[in-house]
Amino acid sequence: MNQTWSERVAKPRTNWPLRLLLIVAIAALYIWAFSGIPFQGLKETAVQIVQSIMAGILSPDWDYVYLPEGEDLLRGLLDTAAIAILGTAISTLLCIPFAFWAASRKHKSGAITGTGKFLLSFIRTFPEIVMAILFIKAVGPGAFAGVLALGLHSIGMQGKLFSEEIENIDQGPLDSLLASGANRLQIWWYAIMPQVLPGFLSYTLYRFEINVRSATILGVIGAGGIGTPLIFALSTRNWDRVGIILLGIIVMVTMIDLLSGYLRKKIV
Amino acid sequence: MTAAPTPVQQANRHSDNKRPQTPSRLKHYLTAMLLILLVWGSAWKTESTLGELVQGAPNMLDLLKEMFPPSWTYMDNIAPAMLDTIRMAVVGTTIGAVLAIPFAVLCASNVVRNVWVFYPVRMVLNLIRTIPDLLLASLFVAVFGLGLVSGILALSVFSIGLVAKLTYEAIESIDNGPLEAMTAVGANRMQWIAFGVVPQVIANYISYVLYTFEVNVRAAAILGLVGAGGIGHYYEVTLGFLQYDRTNAIIIFTLVVVLLIDFISTKVRERLL
Repeated sequence: MNQTWSERVAKPRTNWPLRLLLIVAIAALYIWAFSGIPFQGLKETAVQIVQSIMAGILSPDWDYVYLPEGEDLLRGLLDTAAIAILGTAISTLLCIPFAFWAASRKHKSGAITGTGKFLLSFIRTFPEIVMAILFIKAVGPGAFAGVLALGLHSIGMQGKLFSEEIENIDQGPLDSLLASGANRLQIWWYAIMPQVLPGFLSYTLYRFEINVRSATILGVIGAGGIGTPLIFALSTRNWDRVGIILLGIIVMVTMIDLLSGYLRKKIV
Repeated sequence: MTAAPTPVQQANRHSDNKRPQTPSRLKHYLTAMLLILLVWGSAWKTESTLGELVQGAPNMLDLLKEMFPPSWTYMDNIAPAMLDTIRMAVVGTTIGAVLAIPFAVLCASNVVRNVWVFYPVRMVLNLIRTIPDLLLASLFVAVFGLGLVSGILALSVFSIGLVAKLTYEAIESIDNGPLEAMTAVGANRMQWIAFGVVPQVIANYISYVLYTFEVNVRAAAILGLVGAGGIGHYYEVTLGFLQYDRTNAIIIFTLVVVLLIDFISTKVRERLL
């Protein structure tokens, strides 16, 4: 028993060639990435602009919160929330068939599930802002284009989460309903829906939180919401107004997150 | 003479009116009504009507027709911008991931036991995460001017929020044993973190950084819309000149690159965990 610890317990062996290769590859990636960036140094005005933004955020343009003639902060935020609500509602309805299509169950062929899953990941990869640009070309600029973009893009993520929820249901209630002679619709309504509904609701709320954030930027390209006045204030260097809009976005997103988090905790 | 109770009635001592009431459905109906009202109100506010969609449908079909076939030759023009996009994502993710480490440690309630430290840091993190990436980018463009640097800074700030949140949650769920062992052998604060915490979360951390990289590649592809560098700039160029076949080339190119990076990153993450 005179062995030392290092003799008794062998150190885990490392695969040195692989590790070396990995280090070289990562180093090469970083050299390539950093060498291509034009670090032109800061503009002299940068410090000044940061100061004015800070001053703007600390002394926001409170008058902008409510203007009687319209185009004010509250209406912009309300528009943004409305885009998110309607977009989420559309995608929730549309994604349910996709979710059942992509969910793998034991009696289903892999090809059907595979195409469904691929289609969903394709929709997920298509950026909502690009969708919004295309919808603007089709239905004209405005909140409706934003609604359609969010409604279509969210199908990708909600469909994936919903299909995973369907895959994880307990087979027992389905079998017992089948044994007692229920038809397909009854099985669907009494065995599947009750099991997946809490998950569906929770994921819908989660997606709604994401959509609120997305809706705040849709205005940048003219698809409605608070983004339009923000980009306008930025380009006219109206920092006080930038400050109050940022503050408004932060307050709205935080409040919606808190509310939605509370509801999700109650549901699950 | 009353009939003797049947065995069933004997078993069910409670008469029918003593059975538990079926729960009231009122709450569900009210919730459904509230939801319908919300959706209807939103449709009114955003002036969304099915009619408008039907009216716009021919436009949309025309647009789709003009998008095909995609202009494959245009890919050569946008390849450098695509490389810039990936560069932005790599550098932005790295800067953000490094800066996220102190945030994550300060947020974890089992490492920093002081309520006055981890709650304020968490609030700062939440604040960072409320601002979407494109909005950060437009702010940075206003400060630092057009170009890659603004995009990289926006992605860095955005990554801090994401990596730090995921990592601090991983730190909070680690096994307490090694930590107690480190305390018992008299480790100082830094040794305690380096040998008790880091080995337990390093695989998670790398996995989260890779995930953030995937998110950032997608984000970087559109940051150009507000002038923050990368391929997004070309959407405006091609759409402005109504060259929809070229726009389609950009979309397809981006999709392929994003899916490829996602695939590689997912494989690496599966091996890590």
